[in-house]
Amino acid sequence: MDLDYSQFLSMSHEVSLVVVLIVLLLADLLIKNKKAFQYLAIAAFALHTVAGFCYYTDMAGDAFAGMYVSRDAHPFVKNILNIGTLIVFFFSFEWNNNENKNGVGEFFFLTLSTLIGMYFMISAGDFLFFYIGLETASIPMAALVAMNKKCTEGAEAAAKYILTASFSSGVMLFGISLIYGVCGSLYFDEVQTAFTNITSLHIFALVCFIAGVGFKISLVPFHFWTADTYQGAPTGITAYLSVISKGAAVFAFMCILYKAFANEPDVWKSILWWLIVITITIGNLFAIRQKNLKRFLAFSSISQAGYIMLGVYAGYAEAKVGMSSTIYYILIYMFTNLAAFGIISSIENKTGKVGMDDYNGLYSTNPKLAFAMTLAMFSLGGIPPFAGFFSKFFIFAAVASTKVYGDYVLVFLALLNTIISLYYYLLVVKAMFINKSESPIETFKIDTMSRVALLVCVVAILVIGFISSIYMNIYNISDGFAN
Amino acid sequence: METITNLSPIILALPFLMFLFLGLCGNKLFKSNPNIAGWIGTAGLSVVAIVSYYIAIQYFWVEGKGADAYQQFVLFNHEWLKMTDNLVISIGFMLDPISAMMLVVISTVSLMVHIYSLGYMHGEEGFQRYYAVLSLFTFAMMGLVVATNIFQMYIFWELVGVSSFLLISFYFIKPSAVAAAKKAFIVTRFADMFFLVGILILSYYTNTFDFLKLTAVSDGHATLVNNTMCGEMFMGLSVTSIAMFLIFLGGAGKSAMFPFHIWLPDAMEGPTPASALIHAATMVVAGVFLVARMFPVYFFEAHDVLTIIGYIGAFTSLFAAIIACTQTDIKRVLAFSTISQIAYMFVALAVSGYASEHEQCLGYTASMWHLFTHAMFKACLFLGAGCIIHAVHSNEMNAMGNLRKFMPIAHITFGISCLAIAGIPPFSGFYSKDEILVAAFEHDKVLYACQAFVAGLTAFYMFRLYFRIFWYSENPAHAHHTPHEAPMNMNIPLIVLSVFTCYSFFNLVSNDSSQLFSSKITADRVGFELETNYTIAIASFLVAVVGIAIAWVLYKEKNDKPDMIAGKVKCLYISASHRFYIDEIYLFITRKIIFGGICVAIAWFDRHIIDGFMNLLAWISRELSYDIRDVQSGNLQQYAWGFLVGVLAIAMFAIYY
Repeated sequence: MDLDYSQFLSMSHEVSLVVVLIVLLLADLLIKNKKAFQYLAIAAFALHTVAGFCYYTDMAGDAFAGMYVSRDAHPFVKNILNIGTLIVFFFSFEWNNNENKNGVGEFFFLTLSTLIGMYFMISAGDFLFFYIGLETASIPMAALVAMNKKCTEGAEAAAKYILTASFSSGVMLFGISLIYGVCGSLYFDEVQTAFTNITSLHIFALVCFIAGVGFKISLVPFHFWTADTYQGAPTGITAYLSVISKGAAVFAFMCILYKAFANEPDVWKSILWWLIVITITIGNLFAIRQKNLKRFLAFSSISQAGYIMLGVYAGYAEAKVGMSSTIYYILIYMFTNLAAFGIISSIENKTGKVGMDDYNGLYSTNPKLAFAMTLAMFSLGGIPPFAGFFSKFFIFAAVASTKVYGDYVLVFLALLNTIISLYYYLLVVKAMFINKSESPIETFKIDTMSRVALLVCVVAILVIGFISSIYMNIYNISDGFAN
Repeated sequence: METITNLSPIILALPFLMFLFLGLCGNKLFKSNPNIAGWIGTAGLSVVAIVSYYIAIQYFWVEGKGADAYQQFVLFNHEWLKMTDNLVISIGFMLDPISAMMLVVISTVSLMVHIYSLGYMHGEEGFQRYYAVLSLFTFAMMGLVVATNIFQMYIFWELVGVSSFLLISFYFIKPSAVAAAKKAFIVTRFADMFFLVGILILSYYTNTFDFLKLTAVSDGHATLVNNTMCGEMFMGLSVTSIAMFLIFLGGAGKSAMFPFHIWLPDAMEGPTPASALIHAATMVVAGVFLVARMFPVYFFEAHDVLTIIGYIGAFTSLFAAIIACTQTDIKRVLAFSTISQIAYMFVALAVSGYASEHEQCLGYTASMWHLFTHAMFKACLFLGAGCIIHAVHSNEMNAMGNLRKFMPIAHITFGISCLAIAGIPPFSGFYSKDEILVAAFEHDKVLYACQAFVAGLTAFYMFRLYFRIFWYSENPAHAHHTPHEAPMNMNIPLIVLSVFTCYSFFNLVSNDSSQLFSSKITADRVGFELETNYTIAIASFLVAVVGIAIAWVLYKEKNDKPDMIAGKVKCLYISASHRFYIDEIYLFITRKIIFGGICVAIAWFDRHIIDGFMNLLAWISRELSYDIRDVQSGNLQQYAWGFLVGVLAIAMFAIYY
């Protein structure tokens, strides 16, 4: 049977990224000047990002007999991931120039390999395809976490990551094989029709699957690796893990829940209810006590994952609303968290300090950085009028719009947790503005690349909430996979 | 039409961009020469003014007139927030007779104030900030008048409140300015709360914010409101009336109607040109504009509210006029005069009809006409007062006297504006005020009598002001420090504004000119032929002349008659000069009853129950986070156990629940 090559047209994002990867692979061999290579890599990826916005948007279609699907929402989410990755590259520029001088090629190649894995994961129309995407996204990640070869902490983090990852993917594979056993197919469409009249086996299969994805999103109790890995990894990679990898996993998870398990929403609904409550609460409770900012943001991102899952949860009643609020949350969370990580990484690169106490008196020496960090913290905490407020608002509104008693309780618990989270987000602000320090971080200028990226994030935090057309656009492309 | 549509975004965008530019980088860029910031602001506003004039002219004389009535154009309408399919908050641009007229008023006065401030604010600390806020205000006011829906209006309504706050507190090192700014903001915010509730009630029933839908009229009803809200009652009152009354209260706050008037006199703490722009000509008439915008709803569906508005207006105008007679700070006299004149406009709306046959909607036309003329002559008076204050360095009348020798231009323009506000033909104020009196006379004799009396009072206190400043006996201090004429960039705006006041000279020679307003600005937008009612015109002229004559007798030269009269009506005089103790009543209610009584219980609840709950939450979080800290041990085997137990527990829960 001949392969119909025209189906590659609907995979334009993937094809174009593969081209970028090949170019980088060759360039790494040919270009000896590491700085020039970095410029080339960033330029090539930026080209891919821009092309993604301009050309790859209206190429909906399936490929490989429905294993690969692309609807209106898919290119949009891939574009979001592209922007986030580009920002991460900007923030890592200085680090690549100094600490990571010998691993620049690997850094870009591995990062983009995980990104292509995420693309496949997002666009999967079949459990097997999804699993391959997930693993493509996971395995290079371990190498990335251990990028800093001389640092034992990094090695420990990578070991913990790869071991728990393999464990969780084992559990997930078990779940997927059970799903195949009860449904007789791995295609989401066919699972959808077969996954009815459920028995305990159905449920157990679903739980194993959720556990596997929950690991990627770091939902409690599958989150244990998060803090250790985030702390040990280079900060740029941590940012990438906490935002891009998480966002992609949430979106893919959502697609599968809305599609493959669309006929039994009550089952995953009740599981998610408890997972969300536990995740937000535990994440918050741990975050309160952290003194290391990277570890602190790790727990903060666990609790944020719980908030994102609220949007997925809301979709059991109306998939369109759930999907649009989730994508919106991912978008804003990306800018906000990247801003926070960007600041931490520039300070770490300059001074090596990551402790909360080291930030005492930052405002007096680096007022602009302190201001940007404050914006990020306010946005993460959901204080109006910053973008984080709007994303929280839409996600709470989505859950409350189902008008079910239990959902109001969920919103109430999430709100309570927002109050707790405000406490620790404001601790950072307090350290920077109010606490006095004998030896504050000295005044320094961050490099141009990071400054540009930070500016983009800050502007996004300030204005996204006011541009309603962004949300409306997301709402319009979120078809909730009805077809 | 296309040109207008393409040009219209400039009116909103340019002032906003100037605000961002001057506000964000004004201080840094123009540190050495702040004047450049002023010139940039003025240049930008000139463009806005030219575009506004062009749009207004095109609208009134070329594009606007439909088959029989002026059309309402929505030039653009950007959907901003979609609540439901029908309930949408948009940001748009609506062009109809009143918004086109307001474009002219705002851009003219704002441009004059921009030019004037180049001289008046020269060398002040924060010059760039001043121009940034002026731009913000212009942006907000333009957005308010061209709003396509009531929620957009509300948003810009709050924005003008903010810029008013920023300008009143411009001299923020002065405690009195800070107090005045807070007072203005809190009082108007308090009123805006009612406005918001009114909007919510209205949109709850009608399911729209859109002005076009709300004010569409057919068969003697505001159709949408009538269909959706007719017969709805709440506590024995019609819901429509409640909603429209609440909306009016918002307008009453901005327009300083009794009992919300207390903020306006204090607002004079701001720079005088800002007072001229915001607290005399434009922002304070927002309430009148709001009622005019919603007029069909008021007239057909909530006529009782319109009647109440009329009486509140009449009372306020009388009340403020009496107070104005006793004040000695010239800016306060003008402030009370503003309150009184705005109340006039409300009365005019209240006595208006809807259809323009037989001049029934004379009141509506007269109200908008008076808004226009008042903006011009009151801005001129304020700017003139600014020149005088600039020259003698005091707001008090006692520091002035006989200034006509020193400041001829200020003298003449101030005098012209006084004649206009007093209602002496052929100055503009005479015509607009006369039409209000005619409309009141035909509608309600009590209101007419009250307003005619206020007209006399107005003539009296304005000429009291005029004679005290420019005649009277000279202040001996002037011998040491001679007051001098203001620089040219301050005088030009005075001259321009007084020319606007004199435009009605054309009325004497040309019939078209006297029909300018009646043919264009009417409630149903059809237009009518205005005929002069000579009886009332002569009566109001005589009243004004009597007022001026009394002022002449009492204040042309220093004498003891004013004190004698004040002594005879001591009780009235003292309470009027203390503004009838309204501020004290407010203070009593807020300090003693609210803070001292009700708030004690609420504060207890807040401290013990609300804070207690939060403290409990904090305590639980702290204890829990301490107890569970060992879970995150760093031990990998333990993590795997946790993972597995988690999977099994969730599975058990999902299966057996």
